[in-house]
Amino acid sequence: MNIEALAASSLDGVMLGFVYGIAAMGLTLIFGIMKVINLAHGPLIMLGMFAVYLLNTQLGINPYVGLLIVMVASLGVGVALYHVAVRRVIDAPELTTLLATFSVNLTIIGLATVVFTTTPRSLDVNLGALRAGSITLLGTKVVSVLIAVAVTAALYLFVQRTHTGKSIRAVANNRAAAELMGINTSGVLALSFGIGTVLAMTAGGLIATLFPFTVLAGGVYELKSFVIVVLGGLGNPAGALAGGVTLGLLEGVTTVSLPVSWVPVIEYVVFVLLLLVRPAGLFARLGR
Amino acid sequence: MTPDHPRTLTSARTHVRRRVLRAGALLPVITLAACGPTDTAPAAPAAGAAKKLVIGFSASQTGSLNKESKEQIQGLQLWLEHTKKAGGVKLKSGTLLAPEIKYYDDESKADRVQALYTKLITDDNVDVLISPYGSSLTQTAAVVAEQYGKVMVTTGAASDTTMEQGYKNIFQLYTPASRYLTGSIDLLAKLDSSLRRVAIVHEKERFSTDAAEAAREYAKGKGHEIVMMEGYDTGTVDFGPFINKITAARPDAIIGGGHFQDGTTFAKQIAEKKVPVKYVALLVAPPEVAFAEIGDAAQYIIGPSQWEPTARYTPESAAAAKVPWYGISVAEYTKEYTTRYGYEPGYHSAGGYSAGLMFQKALLELDAVDGEKLRTALAKQDLMTFFGRTKFDQAAKTFGKQMGHEMVYIQWQKDTAGKAIKPVIWPLEGKSADAKLRPTT
Repeated sequence: MNIEALAASSLDGVMLGFVYGIAAMGLTLIFGIMKVINLAHGPLIMLGMFAVYLLNTQLGINPYVGLLIVMVASLGVGVALYHVAVRRVIDAPELTTLLATFSVNLTIIGLATVVFTTTPRSLDVNLGALRAGSITLLGTKVVSVLIAVAVTAALYLFVQRTHTGKSIRAVANNRAAAELMGINTSGVLALSFGIGTVLAMTAGGLIATLFPFTVLAGGVYELKSFVIVVLGGLGNPAGALAGGVTLGLLEGVTTVSLPVSWVPVIEYVVFVLLLLVRPAGLFARLGR
Repeated sequence: MTPDHPRTLTSARTHVRRRVLRAGALLPVITLAACGPTDTAPAAPAAGAAKKLVIGFSASQTGSLNKESKEQIQGLQLWLEHTKKAGGVKLKSGTLLAPEIKYYDDESKADRVQALYTKLITDDNVDVLISPYGSSLTQTAAVVAEQYGKVMVTTGAASDTTMEQGYKNIFQLYTPASRYLTGSIDLLAKLDSSLRRVAIVHEKERFSTDAAEAAREYAKGKGHEIVMMEGYDTGTVDFGPFINKITAARPDAIIGGGHFQDGTTFAKQIAEKKVPVKYVALLVAPPEVAFAEIGDAAQYIIGPSQWEPTARYTPESAAAAKVPWYGISVAEYTKEYTTRYGYEPGYHSAGGYSAGLMFQKALLELDAVDGEKLRTALAKQDLMTFFGRTKFDQAAKTFGKQMGHEMVYIQWQKDTAGKAIKPVIWPLEGKSADAKLRPTT
């Protein structure tokens, strides 16, 4: 194995892992607070991609400014989705919420396919690169890492330090008790779904600055998010970020060490093994 | 699956209205749309009392092959317009045929192709078939066409494997994949014989694998060292770690690729990472005009092309090759296509037009549309059109495989005004500019 290639690919993988982490954080946050497995997560990631793309190509807005707009707007998208598809079934068995979010998934993909078709799109973002030997740090990836770290820090501070954040934690801990304490649990749940959506669409927007995408692209990142959530521990946002970085690193190292076809095989073997051996995740205690 | 609603090709307004209606439809309808809508597209009505000639195919209106497939359909539609303007296709008996096309969206998926070609043959009773775009999809379509004994011209499908099954009804228009990249090996040697280390990387599907494997054997035969031979999955968008691996193998040249989407992304990421190779030749993507959208990353990339607007196929070259000339000239086709669609044609569209031409020429020799006679007429075809020469293998095992057509190679360069151009740089006798090695500093 070539050490230079290994170092370069590990770095590439870790940087991409931060974006994976943001995507997975949205999924795990929603599950941690409301015990809903959001199968609309992939389409929401895709919406983030297209939102940034359209703001850039139709209105000429810089992709990173567009990303800020998308982050604000996606909170509304998430809250609206919660009220339309999740609120009525929040106390139903898990299969019901699974089907509800799956319906949202199909609806979004169906509409997006009709409107955008599955033609690949890409943003032309060039922020230059830093080079050292065989290692190339693309500006777009560095900015993605910085944004991912900033979003994670903001989320942490919000959940730990604000009154609303404490309400969210209270609802996640014991919804009935939180309600008895006078917390508007329905509002908290809607907000939580909104935050999960913000994370998903932010990840999508960041991915759009890195790679080409189609209306079906979110599915790939949704699957990765599930692997990461298992790596990081279900319902554990900090673990999701660590899991994302771990998965990115794994992808980078595997690509250099084995034929690339083995990368998804290794990923899903890890997924199954973790479910069998350590279902609480590798980073179960992180950020708890 | 969604029921197959007919729609008129030329009616853009109806198409838009349907899209809006679909968008506002009930959840189940939207859900089915997500699974992949299929559309039937009969062409404009036949003129006068002419008899219909229905040409059926599936098109990748959605999915990863959308770009190339769209070009192919546009070429075929232009042929249809020209033929209709000329009054249709007149058989030897005097019967006039009014060609129509009927197609469905295969979503770039082979399983859809199987169902759709069966439907085209059994429900729609099409007279002849054209292949979908792409070797993998065409392989599936060929099996169905062969089962029902329906004549199919394949365009946008260069796989050797498909044409080595002993089929009797399939006729290949493109130069086979095994000859796609071999010229790029010759060109590399001509440019700098000291560049011996070659990395061959390719999309893992039938056509690209066929082309890459043939290139490997050819390069080995020419004394090159294959420092890496590896496939990547269809739909790959992050080539970062893969490119690191290629760089570590320290090749002088990278040869391979797959289709437009991955080829374009790969070329862009090679440039971003400043991979120090002097020669890059990729399948399918470079000859497309849209490849230039990746900016300077497109520079120096070489691509094999089935046809270019600068190709020098003329009645004179046909006479020199001792074969008949048929159809419009290269200049006419380029002008007509550019006028109709607003940009210069690539080889995928030229292939679409030529598929129509092949049927047209074969039908001129018949008294009626008869599958067996049409098959015989096509099998005998050896002619030159604006697309180049077409001649089919007659051996039982490789019946219908293309033997006459040759590839050309283009390279993205800049003209004196700094504008991106893609002159033909190989073969030497057909070149319109000299090939250049990539600067590595």
